[in-house]
Amino acid sequence: MSIIEFKKVEKYYGKFHALKNINLQVEKGEVVVVIGPSGSGKSTLIRTINGLEEIEEGQLLVNGYDLADKKTDLNQIRKDVGMVFQHFNLYDNKTVLENIMLAPKLVLKRNEKENKETALKLLESVGVSDKTASYPKQLSGGQKQRVAIARSLAMKPKALLFDEPTSALDPEMIDDVLNVMKEIAKEGMTMVVVTHEMGFAREVADRVVFMDKGEILEDAHADEFFEAPKEERAKQFLSKIIKH
Amino acid sequence: MISVFQQHWQELLTGLGNTILCSVIALFFSLVIGSTFAIFEVLPSKFLRIIGRIYIEVFRNIPLLVIGMFFYVVVPQYVLPMDGFTAGTIGLTLYTSSFIAETVRAGIQAVDSGQMEGARANGLSFMQAMWHIVLPQAFKYVIPPLGNQFINLVKNSSVLAFVAGFDLMYQGDMIASATFDTFNTYIAVGVLYLIITLPLSYYMRYLEKKLA
Repeated sequence: MSIIEFKKVEKYYGKFHALKNINLQVEKGEVVVVIGPSGSGKSTLIRTINGLEEIEEGQLLVNGYDLADKKTDLNQIRKDVGMVFQHFNLYDNKTVLENIMLAPKLVLKRNEKENKETALKLLESVGVSDKTASYPKQLSGGQKQRVAIARSLAMKPKALLFDEPTSALDPEMIDDVLNVMKEIAKEGMTMVVVTHEMGFAREVADRVVFMDKGEILEDAHADEFFEAPKEERAKQFLSKIIKH
Repeated sequence: MISVFQQHWQELLTGLGNTILCSVIALFFSLVIGSTFAIFEVLPSKFLRIIGRIYIEVFRNIPLLVIGMFFYVVVPQYVLPMDGFTAGTIGLTLYTSSFIAETVRAGIQAVDSGQMEGARANGLSFMQAMWHIVLPQAFKYVIPPLGNQFINLVKNSSVLAFVAGFDLMYQGDMIASATFDTFNTYIAVGVLYLIITLPLSYYMRYLEKKLA
């Protein structure tokens, strides 16, 4: 069963046509990597999935809820769909542990003891368990992003969205974050990942979606895509990215 | 000046007490009302944004004395009887709340939008995100201008003198017109205002350093 399904979705910013006739399905447990040049609509696409961006036309079903329907309670969707941002967006006024425990406490009403145990376990699994009492500004970029991932996982989501999670990181921090993401993928999490990390895409992705100018130009199995992309634009993009 | 304190300490103490009481009440409510309208101004709802805007522009742009007189003279006549202290305190609260609303709004807008977005994506409602994440950071940014507003509030409470609020200024006026010793009386009154405002000013500075 698809957990995320776009049907003929259109999105505009004023006159700018940001998403054009998007049709996409993500199955439970699938890892889908979205790639494409900047300004191609990748981030917009992923941000529509938890309602951070509204869609103007078409249908977008997430875990059974229709995002095009104004009556849909977005908080219900956000409980089930976590998001990891390029700039981490950790709560600057909260410690690492508080960052992770806040939403489960307020939204899921998880009791204090269970909440703390879950949080500590998650921090250990992402390798930041020595920083529980630190504030975000005391962490490195890589640590911040791993805490942000733990924060999303604490809600026990059915799917996780990653919007260029390594783009703001120093090169030597990137692997730490990608390794955590690989672990999560291995455990069967449904993931939609916007990234420029082709190595990660190749190794982890089930499918690769290539976008340009608001359109999905290619949607293929990862192996097929990297072996022989069908679209000319995708070929150009890959040759440019992989050359270096 | 000392003789004014010696002879009129009872009136001055009453005045000081009323000024402090009025200031504390007005400070509390103007902070609550001001923050509420600041939030109105950043809400997704256009209707509430306009309501917030109207409230702020009305009370920010009418002289405090006019608002105070309105509650002292007009409101008791047509709506609800109230004494000068109450009328003056309400006027001062509404007037100050409009400035606090503007200050807090600026603070909210200074908080990186990623904070709200991260909280919403994490499942928090708008109000939960506002209360737990955005407002605490916003207040930290605006402690210095907020301190100015608080000091202005204490000084502006002297408007109570015009509506028979029995505050420090009112008592000073009474003593001065009874004794004709205007020089010493108003210096004494000024010193008593400093006793309230200087510690307040230093406390706000301390808070600013502590939270920075």
